Amino acid sequence: MSPQGGIGSPETRRNVVALLAGALFSLGLSLAGMTHPAKVLAFLDVFGAWDPSLAFVMVGAIGVSAVAFRWAGRLQSPALGGRFSVLRASTAITPRLVVGAAIFGAGWGLSGLCPGPAVTSLASGQVAGLVFVVSMLGGMAMAPAPAAHEPSAGAVEGEGQAHARG
Amino acid sequence: MNLGSLAEALGGGALIGLAVALLLLINGRVAGISGILDGLVHAAEGEWGWRAMFVVGLVGGGFVARAVAPNAIGVIGGSLPTLAVAGVLVGLGTRLAGGCTSGHGVCGISRGSLRSIVATGTFMAVAAGVVFLVRHGAAQ
Repeated sequence: MSPQGGIGSPETRRNVVALLAGALFSLGLSLAGMTHPAKVLAFLDVFGAWDPSLAFVMVGAIGVSAVAFRWAGRLQSPALGGRFSVLRASTAITPRLVVGAAIFGAGWGLSGLCPGPAVTSLASGQVAGLVFVVSMLGGMAMAPAPAAHEPSAGAVEGEGQAHARG
Repeated sequence: MNLGSLAEALGGGALIGLAVALLLLINGRVAGISGILDGLVHAAEGEWGWRAMFVVGLVGGGFVARAVAPNAIGVIGGSLPTLAVAGVLVGLGTRLAGGCTSGHGVCGISRGSLRSIVATGTFMAVAAGVVFLVRHGAAQ
């Protein structure tokens, strides 16, 4: 095994794992029906012709990943070495968290698209999907970096990794 | 809703959970889609490669899904200006909140994070409110 780069390197293996995880993720989204904005909007239409089936996507996903997080808690390091990005749980409910979630919810309710299904939909070649994804990346670029005392937008919250984007 | 769509939702969710487990237990990273995308926009040193590969896998999985079932990805409705506004809101909001449906809704809740529970409750409630206004509001 070569220490850096090359076919057997940990870096390459991590990239292959990420590729597989991404593919598995979007296959799951597709099987579950999350890639149909009309179905997502019907799930969100609680006061109309409500389609509650998508709630079971979260049940299935949380059921499996909760086991994985418990398992990870007992490991010293991930299988390919390095450190786990989630180091500790924060409980601080900040205005940034709540306002951000509300803004995200408004966009989700307008379109029926959240980030995963939006990126997956690029495979269908719809211009509408491309417009959404480019706008979403623009929205990410314009988000101010979290203040020093804000629980890291990356690590602690389960998105990204320890050094997040600060 | 019928038993078939319920089983597909559960099975699809389990696949998503499996993807989360792979990335966590082997790479030590969390499968929060908005966080992964943000890491490409604000590239952190040494963490660009796997994120790019994850996104390639995400789109690739979409192609595979469409090869298996041609209607796997539905029509994206709404005008382009509305979708552009919605996209900006989703991008900005998820970065302020530090997570989206996957990062907070799946991974965060799986860890029992209070912040993720609050965030998920908030974005679900606001999304349902917006759908209500659009579909059943006075303007319609």
